[in-house]
Amino acid sequence: MGKTLSEKILSEKSGIDARAQDVVIAPVDLAFVQDTTGPLTIRQFQEISHSGLSNPQRTAIFLDHAIPSPNRQLSNDHQFLRRFAKETGCFIFEGGNGICHQLVAELFANPGDIILGADSHTVTAGALGAFATGMGSSDIAVALALGKTWFRVPESFKVTVSGKFQKGVCTKDLILHLVGTLGADGATYKALEFGGETVADMTVSQRLTIANMAVEVGAKVGLFASDNVTKKYLAAQGRGNKYKALSPDIDADYEQVIAINAAELEPLVAMPHAVDNVAPARTLAGVRIDQVFIGTCTNGRLEDLATAAAILKNKRSHPDVRLIIAPASRRVLTAAIRAGHIQSLISAGGTLLPPGCAACLGLHQGVLGDNEVCLSTANRNFKGRMGNPEASIYLASPATAAASAITGEITDPRKVI
Amino acid sequence: MPDVILKGKAFKFGDNVSTDLIIPGRYAHLRSNLPQLAKHVMEDADPTFVEKVKPGDFIIAGKNFGLGSSREHAPLLIKMAGVSAILAKSVARIFFRNAVNQGLPVLICDTDQIDAGDEMEVNLANGVVADLTKGIQLSFSKIPQVMLDILSEGGLIPYISKYGDFKL
Ligand code: SF4
Repeated sequence: MGKTLSEKILSEKSGIDARAQDVVIAPVDLAFVQDTTGPLTIRQFQEISHSGLSNPQRTAIFLDHAIPSPNRQLSNDHQFLRRFAKETGCFIFEGGNGICHQLVAELFANPGDIILGADSHTVTAGALGAFATGMGSSDIAVALALGKTWFRVPESFKVTVSGKFQKGVCTKDLILHLVGTLGADGATYKALEFGGETVADMTVSQRLTIANMAVEVGAKVGLFASDNVTKKYLAAQGRGNKYKALSPDIDADYEQVIAINAAELEPLVAMPHAVDNVAPARTLAGVRIDQVFIGTCTNGRLEDLATAAAILKNKRSHPDVRLIIAPASRRVLTAAIRAGHIQSLISAGGTLLPPGCAACLGLHQGVLGDNEVCLSTANRNFKGRMGNPEASIYLASPATAAASAITGEITDPRKVI
Repeated sequence: MPDVILKGKAFKFGDNVSTDLIIPGRYAHLRSNLPQLAKHVMEDADPTFVEKVKPGDFIIAGKNFGLGSSREHAPLLIKMAGVSAILAKSVARIFFRNAVNQGLPVLICDTDQIDAGDEMEVNLANGVVADLTKGIQLSFSKIPQVMLDILSEGGLIPYISKYGDFKL
């Protein structure tokens, strides 16, 4: 019997013939924390470490969730993390560089790597063929100290995508469709593997959006085989030498095979307060919105800003809507400025926030008022997520978000493009 | 190992209790001040939880408990509140690992018949949950060996402090 991508990566890394359900120990290529999970992780690390970081060059700290710091407590946490980075020589990315998952894709993730992050959306790097998964602070602390961790090798679901997306429909709609179909616990402990002709045509940016939300069905990883698209992306980031071909065996064993025809998809929205509470955008016409948030590790990349800018160019956002834009990284911001997207979005009434998580987790920069409604391009709409349990969050693609910003209500983007 | 026999009252929750309900992101500024942060555990799911919960009590949940963020503060604060174990129909992956790493047992069983306020007794050694109020017994699924080993040391940090490495 052949192997899935997970079995291949974990076999190679652990040095044993790893199959689903086996428990293996594997070395870690990158372990990282961000500013809201980092302090606990570092304190736990200090409890167990006698000889320092196993490898500072494989350790990174990202200040992205609370930047610029909204209060003194978080400023002190940032200080603590900066001090630790100075003492140990690990990487630290100051606020303004971008969201951890975007920077991991831009700077670190390679096919076949094992990446652990103290953040659930670490799965994002699966787009580049990295076995990347989120863990809590104890697990990351141990990975920092020992340079390895234990895994139960996951069973895999194969998701095969064929067909061409209609205009106005994108990979965010595809992953919302999958989350809606499988349910929020539909793939708990499993690996998702994406393939098929439509996937082969996707850019890395589009793959990152899909991999990012694998955790919303409970999956441990959301993996893509590496191919020419991966190769070109790595070369463009200056890591062409890190490319390696990686694909599942044809006779690999999948627990489930799910076929999706992209041509049949339409713009979708996840309704409050669950990511799997999915409905077509057209059925939600008339739902008034107070805030539109375009950004996050799901949809804050250049292509996403370009999509939104194309719709909002020479238009105005609705007077009752606050339009907030947060690019996923400094590189994304710079490229979006150069391409004129930022100009279009700002002229349309948008407020630009620094590259980072911004309003996503309810700390600052767009906390919702009581009974307010936000349409966001993020990955989670749990009650209280954007800082107020009395508010409601709908999730959608950048196209749907931009179209809705114009009309002031949830709008199928096919109506405006 | 935490005590083998756990006794306490049931606090009942539904399906899909997210880490945002357990400890919301808006309190991230208190994450380096655990006693302050602990005052808000479960706040958005049951605002009276912190006042009412007593050492030994149980969280009884439906499916997919702890979905969402990887913040280990979620099980850490539940444990600090005195909860001796979580019983749920299913648990999200990261939360499961985090709870075990904090030395907090998470037991998978059919929780439908348990109601809020029921007096419960859990025997970790023989895998039996007794609802003393209802006079019924339930069994819970086996915990993987590696997790049992971590639990029996009181969590991953004490485990690694003791052995210096994974002992699989
Ligand atoms: S953008 Fe949102 S989901 Fe992504 S890492 Fe930041 S807080 Fe988490």
